[in-house]
Amino acid sequence: MQIIFFLLAATALISGIMVVIQVNPVRSALFLVLNFFALAAIYLLANAQFIAAIQIIVYAGAIMVLFLFVIMLLNLRQPEEGGAHRHLGQKIFGSFLATAVIALVIYKVFRMVVPPAKPLTPDFGSTEMVAKSLFTDYLLPFEMTSILLLVAVVGAVILARSKVE
Amino acid sequence: MNLPLLIGVMVVKILVVFVVFLTTIAYVVLMERKVLGFIQFRYGPNRVGPWGLLQPLADALKLIFKEDFTPPGANRFLFVLAPMIVGLTAFLPLAVIPFADKILPDTITIYGQKLDLTVASLNRGVIADVNIGLLYIFAVASMAVYGAVIGGWASNNKYSLLGALRLSAQMISYELALGLSVIGVLMISGTLSLVGIVEAQKNMWFIVYQPLGFVLFLTAAFAECARTPFDLIECENELVAGYQTEYSSMKWGLLMMGEYGHVVIASALTVTLFLGGWQGPFLPPVVWFLLKTFILIFFFIWVRGTFPRFRFDQLMYFGWKVLLPLSLVNILLTGIIMLYI
Repeated sequence: MQIIFFLLAATALISGIMVVIQVNPVRSALFLVLNFFALAAIYLLANAQFIAAIQIIVYAGAIMVLFLFVIMLLNLRQPEEGGAHRHLGQKIFGSFLATAVIALVIYKVFRMVVPPAKPLTPDFGSTEMVAKSLFTDYLLPFEMTSILLLVAVVGAVILARSKVE
Repeated sequence: MNLPLLIGVMVVKILVVFVVFLTTIAYVVLMERKVLGFIQFRYGPNRVGPWGLLQPLADALKLIFKEDFTPPGANRFLFVLAPMIVGLTAFLPLAVIPFADKILPDTITIYGQKLDLTVASLNRGVIADVNIGLLYIFAVASMAVYGAVIGGWASNNKYSLLGALRLSAQMISYELALGLSVIGVLMISGTLSLVGIVEAQKNMWFIVYQPLGFVLFLTAAFAECARTPFDLIECENELVAGYQTEYSSMKWGLLMMGEYGHVVIASALTVTLFLGGWQGPFLPPVVWFLLKTFILIFFFIWVRGTFPRFRFDQLMYFGWKVLLPLSLVNILLTGIIMLYI
C-alpha cells in the first residue's frame, strides 16, 4: 500500500515538474494529464472512489481535451530553446520569491500537527455519502458554486458572441 | 483465504472475458461486411472458409504482415502511443459490465484447497462490481478522445489534424447528452453500480420507464462511437480518413479494433442500462446478454447501411440544441413522475 502511494506520489511530482519545464505545449499538456491520473489513483487509495472518477471525467476527460484542442487550433510553434532573454532584475526577484515560498512550505510542514486518525465509516467515499453531505451540510456553498458556474458560462457566451459581430 | 489461488482464478476469468471480447470484435467486423452486403444486394466476403467465416483471421494476418510505416516528421513516441490509448480505452469498460448472474458456485476446491469465491465477487458474472461502475465507464470513455487527438497531431498531416479536431469537438458535445440521458435510469435504480442497475430491472426493463432516455442514449452513443450518421471524423470525401490517415499495418488494426470495441461496449452498455442486462426467461443469462448485445450491434450496422451522413454544423446543432435540452427535460419529467407516483 505504502509502496504504491510513493510510486504514485513520485509520478505526480515528476509529471508536475515536467509540465513546467517542457517547452512544447502539447507535451506539457500531456504531462498534466498524467499528473491528473496519478492524483486520481491517490484518491482511490484513500478510498474516495467518487472523487477519483470525477477527477478523471472533469479534469482529464473534459478540461484537458479542451486545452489540447485550443493548443492545436492555435498551432503554437515550438519556441527556441532557452526562451526569451530575461532581465537581471527578473532573475533576482524570481529566485527571491521562489526561496520565500519554499521556506514557507518547509516551515509549515514542520510546524504541522497531525490530528489523531478517526476510524472510517463503511460508506466513506461512496457516491451516496458525497451526495448526502453536498445536499445537506454543504448545500449553500454547493448551490453558490453552481450559480458561479452559470455566471461564467453566460460570460463566456457573451465574450464569444461580441467577437463575431 | 488463499491469495495466490484467488488471484489465479481472477486472472483466468479476466482472460476468458478478454478473449471472448476480442473474438466478438473480429466477428463483428465480418458481420458488418456481411450485413452491409445483404443490405446492398451483394454477397460480402465469402471466399475464406465456409461462408467467409475465416475472413477475420485472413484480415489479421494481412495486417500483421503489411509494412509498418511511420511518416517522416511525425512525433514517433506519440504516434505509437495513440493506437495503444484507443485500444486500451475500448477494452477497459468491459471490467464493470455484468454479463451473467452467477457463473461459479460459492466455494470450490482446487488442489485440495477450499476457495471462497464470494471474495471480490469472483463467482458473479462481472469482473469488478464497483460502487462507481457507470462513472468509471464514462471516465474511461472520455479518455478515448486522447487517442484520436494525439494520433492526429503526431501524424503531422493536415487531414489527420482536422479529423482529430472534429472528433474532439464531437466527443465533447455528445458526452454531455450521453451523461445526462442516463440520469433517469440512475434516479429509478438509485445506484451507480451496473450490477445493481441490472438487478433493479428484475420486474420491468428500464426502456419502459425511460423511453426518451433510451432514444437519447442510443443517439449519443452513435455519436460517441463516431458511427454512420455522425462519422464526420473520417468522412472520406473531405478528410481522406480523418486521424487514421497516416496509420498502416497493425497500428491501423488497433485503431479499427478500438472502433469496433466501442460499438460492442456501447451495445452491451445499452443492454445493461435499458434492456434488462442478462435478465430473461428460459435461456441462461449469458446467452440472453449476448443475444441482446448482438441485436443492438445489428442495429448499429443497419443504421450504417441506410442513413446518410450529417453535415458538421447540423451535427453541432443537433447535439447542443436538440439532444441536450431533451435530456434535461427527461430528467425533469422523471423527477416529477417519481415525486407524485
